[in-house]
Amino acid sequence: MENDKLVIAGHEFTSRFILGSGKYSLSLIEAAVKYAGAEIITCAVRRANTKEHENILDFIPKGVTLLPNTSGARNADEAVRIARLARELGCGDFVKIEIMRDTKYLLPDNAETVRATEILAKEGFIVMPYMYPDLNTARDLVNAGAATVMPLASPIGSNKGLATKDFIQILIDEIDLPIIVDAGIGRPSQACEAMEMGAAAVMSNTALATAGDLPAMAEAFRKAVEAGRQAYLSGLGRVLVRGAAPSDTLTGFLRD
Amino acid sequence: MENQFLIDSDELTPEALERKHRLENDPSSRTNHMEYMEGQEVIKSDIREKVMSAVESYDPSVYKANDVMRALQKQNLSVEDLKALLSPAAEPFLEQMAERARIETRKHFGNTVYLFTPLYIANYCENYCVYCGFNCYNKIRRMKLDMEQIEHEMKVIADSGMEEILILTGESRAMSDVKYIGEACKLARKYFRMVGVEIYPVNVEDYRYLHECGVDYVTVFQETYDTEKYETLHLMGHKRVWPYRFDAQERALMGGMRGVAGSALLGLSDFRKDALASALHMYYLQRKYPHAEISLSCPRLRPIINNGKINPRDVGEKQLCQILCAYRIFLPFAGITVSSRESAQFRNGIVKIAATKISAGVSTGIGDHESKYTGKECDAEGDEQFEINDGRSFKQMYSDMSGEGLQPVLNDYLYV
Repeated sequence: MENDKLVIAGHEFTSRFILGSGKYSLSLIEAAVKYAGAEIITCAVRRANTKEHENILDFIPKGVTLLPNTSGARNADEAVRIARLARELGCGDFVKIEIMRDTKYLLPDNAETVRATEILAKEGFIVMPYMYPDLNTARDLVNAGAATVMPLASPIGSNKGLATKDFIQILIDEIDLPIIVDAGIGRPSQACEAMEMGAAAVMSNTALATAGDLPAMAEAFRKAVEAGRQAYLSGLGRVLVRGAAPSDTLTGFLRD
Repeated sequence: MENQFLIDSDELTPEALERKHRLENDPSSRTNHMEYMEGQEVIKSDIREKVMSAVESYDPSVYKANDVMRALQKQNLSVEDLKALLSPAAEPFLEQMAERARIETRKHFGNTVYLFTPLYIANYCENYCVYCGFNCYNKIRRMKLDMEQIEHEMKVIADSGMEEILILTGESRAMSDVKYIGEACKLARKYFRMVGVEIYPVNVEDYRYLHECGVDYVTVFQETYDTEKYETLHLMGHKRVWPYRFDAQERALMGGMRGVAGSALLGLSDFRKDALASALHMYYLQRKYPHAEISLSCPRLRPIINNGKINPRDVGEKQLCQILCAYRIFLPFAGITVSSRESAQFRNGIVKIAATKISAGVSTGIGDHESKYTGKECDAEGDEQFEINDGRSFKQMYSDMSGEGLQPVLNDYLYV
């Protein structure tokens, strides 16, 4: 565990919990970062597009990597423009692509996401695309220059957990980039499960924002993510489909 | 209490007075409110039919406590469930509805609350809508700000800290044409991050032009979805055409706007049917235009200059709260705005349950922000559209919302 690092485009992180920032009081951001042990925090560029009055960027602690996201973009062109604005605002080279043309479920548009990833990767951004877990899209994202792939567990804000579990597992098994599970994680146990599956990291916002005690929940997530990671690295025990292993093997009659 | 809307001004000429009385008393002197006027664009849409067929078949009295409980247990509510939540049978479940609404609001918006302010730039009006302070027969001080005055108002508002503005006019194409409004919006883009309009409905091309001027949100109030009642309240002018108004939000989206808002003015007709229609109107719009951001308001009738007796009749605060909770549970992702028509106490409470946006530093008059914000006397001001209830300043509202444990958000928007 000690040397276990999350590596995104050459940048190393110890924490595997990425924190959202948009749904709770600015004054709690610092505590959330501290208790969650987060080293990366996302922030909507549109939310940072404000005058001097309590800009969310001013509340993000120093030393934490800012991951600006393009929420509000309805297509690749808008996402590209928002990403460039983030860079102008001094938010660095990391960018999380979020492209939605559905205001009800906020499901990402995979095709436009691939297009935006390709453009922004060429411009030197470290592109972390949010996507619906589809293997073909994930491969396209790899080819487009993505630094990670961020499949959704269930719709944003739903706290429904790993509704897309089997498809996320396929991405973990087949894609060589870090798979970061984003959206829909409602409980620490779900975050733990994603990590046990081999996810590289987990991201959450609503689960913390809707908790009774945000710092305490942030800490619970930290522990869950660490536990899940440790379990994954330890190699989970066999789960046998049909009870105990038979002592007389089916192939025992074979002689050479 | 029934409303007595009709008031005669002593400044009207005998001819004008006669015409006014004829419009009020003789339905045959009025135009067909379902027929488009010249120049009003007709679009192909099935939304009106979908909304109105659900509203026409809605009988709030048939729903029972069981229907309400079933609705509250469901994750995704059907139209039937919404009807149950808006019915009298749901009144005893107000607390449970509020609990569920609060959960949905928190899931989708966290503890944020958005702040904005309206800016009226003109109060000339060509319509005779009997409940409105701006109606053409009401004796009020009329005014239209020029660009210099508009910019001055915007500076005063922007200095207060506000970043989102809603530009309003009376409904007079002659006095405040689309170009005039567009120029005002271009100015607004200089001072504010987000610009919306609440003006007379226009055609798709005009909405496209306004979008190019920097507007991304359009609010249109249908007033009432009860077409027969509508006819008796909107006696003259282009606003009389009910279907053209109904399609306004859709035309706005066709013109490239990011989001639309709407609602009935509660208290004009059967509020349960009007609330149902308001929710379904936005619901079907979002189904047809999935990228559209939709938002609901919930204005209740307020007193106006020269008629202090106008009131929201049977829509009390409990009913209003019931409606807002039903909106939230049915449309968890929709924005909900509560205006300064409501009291400070009501607004402080409802933002913790269902509302996501409230106004502050509000004036519904013309050119009076400086005098209202700083106390400095101004020479010319135009009168208000209605009397507001919650007069809190931006600063006060910001600190009150923080005090309620909420995070005020001044902007969460980019023009792209």
